[in-house]
Amino acid sequence: MSSVVKAGSKLSQRRKSDIKWGYFFILPQLFGVLAFVLFPLVYVLVLSLLEWDGLSRATFVGLSNYTTELAGSEFRNALSNTVYYTVMVVPTSVVLSLIAALALNKLRLKNFFRVIYFAPVVTSAVAAGVVWLWIYNPDFGLINAYLQNWFGIKGPQWLLDPKWVMPSIAIMSIWLSMGFYIVIFLAGLQGIPATYIEAAKIDGANRFQRFWYVTLPLLSPTTFFVFIIAIINSFQVFDQAFILTAEGGPADSAVTMVYYLRDLAFVDFVYGRSAAVAVILFAIILALTLLQFRVQRRWVHYE
Amino acid sequence: MASVATTKDTSASVESTSRAGRLVASVLLYVAVTIGAVIMIMPFAWMLLASFKDLGQIYKVPPNWVPDPFVFQNYTNAWTSVPFATGYMNSAIITVTVVLVNLLTCSMAAYAFARIEFPFRKTLFMLFLATLMVPEQVTIIPLYIIIESVGLIDTLLSLIIPYALFNAFGVFLLRQFVRSLPVDLEEAAIVDGANRWTIYWRIIIPLIRPALAAFGIFTFLFQWNNFFRPLVFLNTIDNYTVPLAINFFRGQYATDFALLMAGSAISIVPVLIVYAIGQRQIIEGIATTGLKQ
Repeated sequence: MSSVVKAGSKLSQRRKSDIKWGYFFILPQLFGVLAFVLFPLVYVLVLSLLEWDGLSRATFVGLSNYTTELAGSEFRNALSNTVYYTVMVVPTSVVLSLIAALALNKLRLKNFFRVIYFAPVVTSAVAAGVVWLWIYNPDFGLINAYLQNWFGIKGPQWLLDPKWVMPSIAIMSIWLSMGFYIVIFLAGLQGIPATYIEAAKIDGANRFQRFWYVTLPLLSPTTFFVFIIAIINSFQVFDQAFILTAEGGPADSAVTMVYYLRDLAFVDFVYGRSAAVAVILFAIILALTLLQFRVQRRWVHYE
Repeated sequence: MASVATTKDTSASVESTSRAGRLVASVLLYVAVTIGAVIMIMPFAWMLLASFKDLGQIYKVPPNWVPDPFVFQNYTNAWTSVPFATGYMNSAIITVTVVLVNLLTCSMAAYAFARIEFPFRKTLFMLFLATLMVPEQVTIIPLYIIIESVGLIDTLLSLIIPYALFNAFGVFLLRQFVRSLPVDLEEAAIVDGANRWTIYWRIIIPLIRPALAAFGIFTFLFQWNNFFRPLVFLNTIDNYTVPLAINFFRGQYATDFALLMAGSAISIVPVLIVYAIGQRQIIEGIATTGLKQ
């Protein structure tokens, strides 16, 4: 009897000390999450309701920062630039990386090619951007030089022409991030049981039918995941736009959402309006993430 | 294998043409994949080759790819004309400190979330997971105000402290790994009277070394390439990191592409070395988690 009680009290003592240890172990990261994410997140919501330049007294202005921004031409330009960029980058990246993954999947030199396709992902957008700056140079850049030389075509002005700025940034971004999506697609393809494809083969399905009716549906959770991640990344685009252009490019054609909110906060010092843009950006990204979770859960359920 | 079995009963001529067809398809596939690879490599090759040219060669149309003569001047010029030396130093200080502190604090939190019972464990872990959805651009203004209010704007600490003490990705990644370990070893240690720190340091850390390596490489790459937050927080040239130095460089020598290519090459080299060493961990880490920082 007494030994059981003793063991019990020893156990509860262990539990008590575990509580202390538990908090001790999470303390540094817990402090970080509270001080550098949660507090700033609440702070940005509050800021978005204020008019403040960071120096003088802040005044409460309600939702007027949001209404100003949503109605303003600058915000609309930034939003439409970002959406335009997303529309160019996301479908192209998804389709190209899916094709590349399918091509690489059965290759004997798969790992070798995977390393090459992935290399731009580890490179900084800034360092790569400087190289692309030259590739896009209208007079001496690689693209126009060869367009002229091989086809006799006079190439576009690329980063100097407002119409071509976003497509130029998009092309570089596709190059920069495709390897990331290829790796995810390759992992998805690994997860498809070979027996399904064999069964379709025995039933007489040709290569295209096997892809269309077996591989593609089974890959759909991965495809959807890549789609959402690509959209989320697109909405956060900044580095490429900043490096490839000067001061937002001709006619502000390179000003994305993040570019715009940085300008508002750290060039114009209108913290409230910048915070409102940040909150709108966050709402868009949050909605996309939650959509991803919901759909993913349903898919997992089905299997 | 199955395809061989199904084609067995068809005539020999069909079999040989389909084999030839397969060979052609396979060759075409290799050609296509190689063209893709050449496109991916091209900007790097162009950068490296151009960094050894003089200005006369740079502005040649059509361009000649191989430098003639090879010029090494761009590298010495780039290294001395921009604050690359201090940039390297600053980037190294930030990156190394953040990686080391992240490895320690994230693995500590990961161990606690995976193995120790304490109140609100689940809620707090969900909190960490939820913060994966908050992009850092969204909180940049309040963070700037906080950093400014403690007098750390334009210091390396403004980047080190927030990154070192918060990495939800690391906590999540390492927790998954700790959970997959068998508990027997830890239980034996508990019976022997070992405390939690001893278990963490002597048992868990050695076992999760592969995950720590992958996470360390991810953090290194992210920190070394990081641009947005340093651009906002650092103003003085002496405090610039490598990407900021390149950005500054781009503004100063906008037309001297040879110099720019050398500068870009200088900044990419450490990354390519880390990639060459850790490419398997990096790629497999992404394939299993679907995440990067």
